[in-house]
Amino acid sequence: MKALRKYMDKIKPQFMPGGRLAKLQSVYDGMETFLFTPNTTSQSGAHIHDGNDLKRTMITVVVALLPCLLFAMYNIGYQHYLAIGQADASFWSMFIFGLVAMLPCIVVSYAVGLGIEFVGAQIHHKEIQEGFLVSGILIPLIVPINTPLWMVAVATAFAVIFAKEVFGGTGMNIFNVALVTRAFLFFAYPSHMSGDKAFVKTDAAFGLGDGTVTDAFTGATPLGQIATHVGDTLQLNNVVGEPISTCDAFTGLIAGSPGETSMIAILIGAAILLLTGIASWRIMCSVFVGGLAMGALVHAFATPTYAASMLDPLSQLCYGGFAFAAVFMATDPVTGARTHIGQYVYGFLIGVFAILIRVYNGGYPEGAMLAILLMNAFAPLIDHCVVSFNIKRRARRVAVK
Amino acid sequence: MATIRLKKGYDLNLKGRIVDPAIVSSEKSALYAIVPDDFVGLTPRMDKREGDHVSAGEALFHDKTFEQIQVTSPVSGVVKEVRRGQRRHIDAIVIEPDGQNTMVKHDTGGDALSVMLASGLWAMLRQRPYDIVPSPDVRPRDIFVTGFDSAPLAPDLMVVLGDDKQYINKGVDVLKSLTDGDVYLGFKPDEALDVPGAVVNTFKGPHPAGNAGVQVANIKPVNKGEVVWTLDIVTLARIGRLFTTGTVSYDTVVAVTGECADQPHYVRATMGCQMSSLLGNADHSGCRIISGNALSGWRVEADGFLRAPYRHVTMIPEVSKADEFMGWASLCPSRFSIYRTFTSWLAGKREVSMDARIKGGERAIVRTDEYDDMLPMDIYAEFLIKAIITFDIDKMEQLGIYEVAPEDFALAEYACTSKLELQRIVREGLDRLRNEMS
Repeated sequence: MKALRKYMDKIKPQFMPGGRLAKLQSVYDGMETFLFTPNTTSQSGAHIHDGNDLKRTMITVVVALLPCLLFAMYNIGYQHYLAIGQADASFWSMFIFGLVAMLPCIVVSYAVGLGIEFVGAQIHHKEIQEGFLVSGILIPLIVPINTPLWMVAVATAFAVIFAKEVFGGTGMNIFNVALVTRAFLFFAYPSHMSGDKAFVKTDAAFGLGDGTVTDAFTGATPLGQIATHVGDTLQLNNVVGEPISTCDAFTGLIAGSPGETSMIAILIGAAILLLTGIASWRIMCSVFVGGLAMGALVHAFATPTYAASMLDPLSQLCYGGFAFAAVFMATDPVTGARTHIGQYVYGFLIGVFAILIRVYNGGYPEGAMLAILLMNAFAPLIDHCVVSFNIKRRARRVAVK
Repeated sequence: MATIRLKKGYDLNLKGRIVDPAIVSSEKSALYAIVPDDFVGLTPRMDKREGDHVSAGEALFHDKTFEQIQVTSPVSGVVKEVRRGQRRHIDAIVIEPDGQNTMVKHDTGGDALSVMLASGLWAMLRQRPYDIVPSPDVRPRDIFVTGFDSAPLAPDLMVVLGDDKQYINKGVDVLKSLTDGDVYLGFKPDEALDVPGAVVNTFKGPHPAGNAGVQVANIKPVNKGEVVWTLDIVTLARIGRLFTTGTVSYDTVVAVTGECADQPHYVRATMGCQMSSLLGNADHSGCRIISGNALSGWRVEADGFLRAPYRHVTMIPEVSKADEFMGWASLCPSRFSIYRTFTSWLAGKREVSMDARIKGGERAIVRTDEYDDMLPMDIYAEFLIKAIITFDIDKMEQLGIYEVAPEDFALAEYACTSKLELQRIVREGLDRLRNEMS
């Protein structure tokens, strides 16, 4: 490491004001703090500081997302080979197909997002902040696999600039950046975001997995099928028309956005987030409670008019992006409620609205994204109310005296 | 006697605790110094000039606003130097002892308030709001005495107190005459003393349970317009001693602690003594010497002086691991964190080494609960901090700024993932607020 340290010290002057590469100072600083924990010591206040910083916090979230990411790669390959009638392909060929299919999206998301962050940091002469580490991996996990890369780039740029940088960067945004990306795509390019062609990669990825789709193929996700369903009995199918059950949704071998399909992978991620104490268990649990409660309510009044109401509450949680959103999006501390009581309310309402939109709004087969964005907007209001109880209690203390 | 249980907070188990409570005598200090910044809220006006002779207990300077408030010399000798910093700010008043030990004797028959002021012990009291030396024209609602120090490696106040325990009852009598309310004493559960006339509570829980602000907030919080005084039990005994013997004791017991201290131990010394007299002449380069605890003490040099509250020195390494490669990615259990994002929790409770590195860059507040979990008060700490940063006076009042002192946020500052300087923010907020209000 000494050689690396020496090299970094050697090139440092070029990046300092007046140097040849002064315009890249924030990039240099970012790399330096990434490689070496700064030797800066405390100059005011507490003389000792905890080892935890935002880099560690964010990287832990990324680690929690890895099970979802790895499963997503496998599942993309699995759905692909199923669609082209080669369901007996090996595990590794499926996984590698998915890896190759997802990689461009991951690269574009990080390149665009971090690029803008670097420029922003340089303009404001600030350190590069770590917030996009998580957003950058969330985005490929929540946009449909067939989304053209230029759309991902445009949407990411929009979200980073207008949902984050204009508010002051990491820690200041009102809306979850990854969800704004998803919402931008959803409203700007609706035809690419839903329907039969979005969620299963049927063509080859860099020459891998060549083949033609079987006649039985339909690329609709379970929730997509529900949205177009007519009739009294609800039967969900996989991409080649074979029936699937909630159990398949739990393991995750169904069509959908890459990261959202497997409950198992999501629960592993949830366990990591809760064990390390990064995500608020209050929010996470109350989203599920809200979803279950609303799911039970709509199921009690099940009607063929709204086919989604025929799903039982547990299936509601397993299908679609509900669980993924509950674990990784609703728990974003920056955009969520920050008081304990507020977190219960915030989470519960996300669960309620997600199911409500999913069931009763025909235009949107999935409601988790809109529910969270809606509650992001209300989170400060919820906190304001909770804090005002504290304020009133304090004021009453004076009055009683 | 009520027991109050506090759940929030954290006991940092730093290396370098004192095992043997035996007290050794310090070497003779060549110089002594009083640092006016230790007496927050006072604007010093010098009573003595360089070259003047002072007796122990004689005033060195008084406050500009309340001229009765005096800060006295801990030893008899000659004022050697009035060290000034930028804009003629008085950094320290250095006294060269003459070895005569002439003491000012006070007539304690008069009214307690003026005796307290004249003796200089007044400057050892603090008031909430603002955590400053109290103004003599306001009678406090109540007086709160902290009976233990819960900070990392802090001295056992019962050891510091020693035989002066006998003066506590007298001290309580004096304080009772200065308030219309009660005198509250807060102890650790197994150390509670029975003091007639005072309301005794015990506090069970981690640091900051020993902080005055935390004890006040959990007994009878300060409201807008109210004033309470806070002091520690050592000062209480000093007050009792003054009103018994007529003289102020400037002797103190100092805990020399921390990873860099060879053989952490208690030292008997005099207030304001030179650090070298406590630490010996060993080489302390690469080591940070803190007068006070590691969370809210003052950084001093090896030739610097012991600062208020004159009972604790902590020595930690400045940088124990220079150029740590990708420290944020470390999986090593020895990289300590109170959070489970690092693996240190797997190694169980043990003494940990901590240096002065900040270990991260300053960020906006991202994680929730970090401050609230470290502050056992009915206060939304994060919202209060935000109100202070934006200097929204109404919000600050509503959220309880009058109940807090910078030291109450010291543990939160340690724990802060975003590495914000909370104590500085709170101190500046309190100072600005006091200016606005006066």
